Amino acid sequence: MKLRSILATDCGSTTTKAILIEFVDGEYRLTFRGEAPTTVEAPFEDVTRGVLNATMEIEELSGRKILDGENIITPQKKDDGVDIYISTSSAGGGLQMMVAGVVKSMTGESAERAALGAGSIVMDVLAANDGRKPHEKITRIRQLRPDMILLSGGIDGGTTKHVVELAEILAAANPQPRLGQNYKLPVIYAGNKKATSDIQKTLGKLTDLDVTENIRPVLEQENLKPSRDKIHDLFMEHVMQQAPGYKKLMSWTDAPIMPTPGAVGALIEMVANKENISVVGVDIGGATTDIFSVFQSQFNRTVSANLGMSYSICNVLAEASLPNVLRWVPFDIDEKELTNRIGNKMIRPTTVPQSLEELVIEQAIAREALRLSFIQHKAFAVNLKGVQKERTISDAFEQSDSGESLVDMMELDLIVGSGGVLSHAPRREQSAKMLIDSFLPEGVTSLAVDSIFMMPQLGVMANIENKKIAEQARVAALEVFEKDCLIRLGTCIAPVGKLNNSEKILNVNLEFKNGDKKNIDIGFGDLIRIKVGYEKVKATLTPGKSVNVGAGFGEQINTDIYGGQVGIIIDGRGRPLQIDQSSSKRIADLKKWSDAVDEYPELGK
Amino acid sequence: MAHSYTPGLKVLKNTKILKERRLPLKGSVDTSVGDTVAPGDTIAKTDLPGNVQMVNIANQLNVDASDVETVMIAKEGSKVSKNDLIAQTNGIFGYFKSSVNSPVDGTIESVSNITGQVVIREAPIPVEVDAYIRGVVDEVITEEGVVIKSYGSFVQGIFGIGGESRGEIKMLSENRTSEISVDMIKPEHEGLIIVGGSFISLEAYKKALECKVAGVVVGGFNYYDLEEILGYTLGVAITGSEELITSLIVTEGYGKIQMGQQTFDLLRENSGRLASINGATQIRAGVIRPEIIIPSDASSQKDSDENSKKMSGMTEGSLVRVIRSPNFGKIGSVKELPSELRKMESETMVRVAIIDIDGELIEIPRSNLEVVETD
Repeated sequence: MKLRSILATDCGSTTTKAILIEFVDGEYRLTFRGEAPTTVEAPFEDVTRGVLNATMEIEELSGRKILDGENIITPQKKDDGVDIYISTSSAGGGLQMMVAGVVKSMTGESAERAALGAGSIVMDVLAANDGRKPHEKITRIRQLRPDMILLSGGIDGGTTKHVVELAEILAAANPQPRLGQNYKLPVIYAGNKKATSDIQKTLGKLTDLDVTENIRPVLEQENLKPSRDKIHDLFMEHVMQQAPGYKKLMSWTDAPIMPTPGAVGALIEMVANKENISVVGVDIGGATTDIFSVFQSQFNRTVSANLGMSYSICNVLAEASLPNVLRWVPFDIDEKELTNRIGNKMIRPTTVPQSLEELVIEQAIAREALRLSFIQHKAFAVNLKGVQKERTISDAFEQSDSGESLVDMMELDLIVGSGGVLSHAPRREQSAKMLIDSFLPEGVTSLAVDSIFMMPQLGVMANIENKKIAEQARVAALEVFEKDCLIRLGTCIAPVGKLNNSEKILNVNLEFKNGDKKNIDIGFGDLIRIKVGYEKVKATLTPGKSVNVGAGFGEQINTDIYGGQVGIIIDGRGRPLQIDQSSSKRIADLKKWSDAVDEYPELGK
Repeated sequence: MAHSYTPGLKVLKNTKILKERRLPLKGSVDTSVGDTVAPGDTIAKTDLPGNVQMVNIANQLNVDASDVETVMIAKEGSKVSKNDLIAQTNGIFGYFKSSVNSPVDGTIESVSNITGQVVIREAPIPVEVDAYIRGVVDEVITEEGVVIKSYGSFVQGIFGIGGESRGEIKMLSENRTSEISVDMIKPEHEGLIIVGGSFISLEAYKKALECKVAGVVVGGFNYYDLEEILGYTLGVAITGSEELITSLIVTEGYGKIQMGQQTFDLLRENSGRLASINGATQIRAGVIRPEIIIPSDASSQKDSDENSKKMSGMTEGSLVRVIRSPNFGKIGSVKELPSELRKMESETMVRVAIIDIDGELIEIPRSNLEVVETD
């Protein structure tokens, strides 16, 4: 069967977004999109209503008939309907899990990685050594009411006592599921296989227990896939069944519904593997910020549950502190007035910045939300802990340990930003500048944003299991990702080092497609933008003696880079970035950097 | 096209009010459909499972986990009191016995021969749910609770702290623009719900706490003052479980913002009447706003059933409130709803509404407007 058309929806907690992908002139392209409020809550209490409304908007815009009454026409008949329909969902708060492992930094962390990778929010990590007394753990489990629990612990054949102890704590707490009073809580056991029968004895009657392969069969190896798959299965079988209208939605889709972040992660992982690059993806929402990364072919995802731009905006302020937010604001402002304004955004989350001053403040907060989320991500995306390393004499002076962060900013090739504040910033220059200021890329890094946040739909498309259409759907997902989803902002070149003011940090020699050449000296503290569209540019980068731009201190590199809607930004501010403490110097510096990239041209006029 | 306006906060003079009162776990419901209830009446109760204590007998007595059952004096299912002997070793020739006493009063729930742990469950914790408002039981949710029906005024705030409370309404401010100051709050306001205009300072709120005022309803409060009351920085707007004598309901937002005219007038009309209030707020999916419920007298209950009309969204002529600066807090009427996107000063492209505020026509993003829902 040749895939001609695909309808994909993402049922978010507030908006349901639908996209139509069609095979046009030999390639798959996004042709139309529509959106409507999600209808999980009263008075509708049926998610399919929002799906139909969003689809109706596509019908109106495209003139194509997709619905027959209250059904989606599949497969396509002549010009009506679509060949397949797929969906992701994070409505009703997404998938909320609790995980447990014997040692917090080992099986506990592996279990957390599996749950996050599957797209869930991890409410708490229980561990035998987490410092809490059994009754404290029990109270916590009762309070949280997760959708599902993942229990792991022990390597295969090892001691069973500790993991059974955890099971006994779960049994004593007798946790109730968040949705629906009439079904048993799903529990996945992915620990020491020797303990399986004891776990069944302890939890079999009280919970809906499912056993899968050990998440950490030996200390040196993590086996996350079976647990991730099991989480997806149970998400469909149990959690989704409880949410209003999902039974009907599941009967419509041609592939299982995936949790939204799970689908985004799957897409990012696929892109990184295909291009053989290191990628960081970020989705900054109203309540949470998700960060995905692939370094050394290892995928990691973290959710910063209370860092977001509306519902959680005050928490960003609380965690970052006011001075850290203010350091990005290029004008003086009354601090108390500012906290009230931020508070008002939290209680009226759907409002938008009307004045330029309000926009600047929101983007300052976004920088801090992204920075803090990335710190959390770096701490989590690490090598396996507890693995013994063989050392040679040459390692004697380099005390590298297990549990090192995989995130290497110099190695990073691409940052993809998504979420309202990045995707819908009035100027792309603002998106690029926010990504640079918060992630502080080093060396040469490409920057992009997701145009309309369609990564979830493309992620589920790329993961269809039906063999007849799987390959075509994967091709379609990648084509649309390249052509319609990603907006290439350009490339950031950031030498690492600290010099005295205005001292030369880097010499850049560029050769453009039309043969033009440019040679620029960058002083320490300068930020320069070169306007060039998405085309290949040959670059020779020569750093100062104590400066590294990717090949080592003082080492020159020759590379091909790409421009984009913003172009090439050369960031000579050094790493780590220092912002002056004095208000007047800070404001002057911020204005200089902002003017260099045309970030807020109207400010102060 | 998706509606981009924010549904307004309700300010209803005479409406049907349905209030669900549910137990946290299944239990027994003590009322029937048609019963008249007062706010303090208990309508349902249950027992929450008691706290659990875990004692590792194997470790404490230095025996193998598989042998724990043989040393247990108190068996599974038996009741024990604090300091009762629950396990003991045989010792050597009857001497040098080691023993374990129960740390709490409770029941032996389980004995594990894998880990050597004993689970002791304490007595159940009784929980009662009261009616919260005056009214009539409209529906019984078997073993879970009831729905209480009442008629009267219903006002929603934007943000609150503190849980359910009740008291007579007392107007402290003469108009909606004036503030509640410290000297306006007096000991005789104990148990009352005091209403102000645009603002209450931290000091004045503290005085209200001191005077055991049941609740404060006011236009605005400072966000940064919340920390001192709550003891932590409020990061996400989920409140209601704070143990405060004085619940606070803010009707407009943070800062000094005059209370909406309709809200102020309605509360003034109800001055001296008994109101039930709840500061609980949840600004997430499944939004909960703080509320003020003022049931009317029984005689006026008959014909107001149809008053709770559905809002049809923002149309020309709708009364709206601006909910973000500039012009925050001002009320006007919609003159025009242009369909094309317009560029704001921030360069954001948005759908706008043209609003008449005191005779001046102003362009404002529709997302920054709230329909004022009145009846």
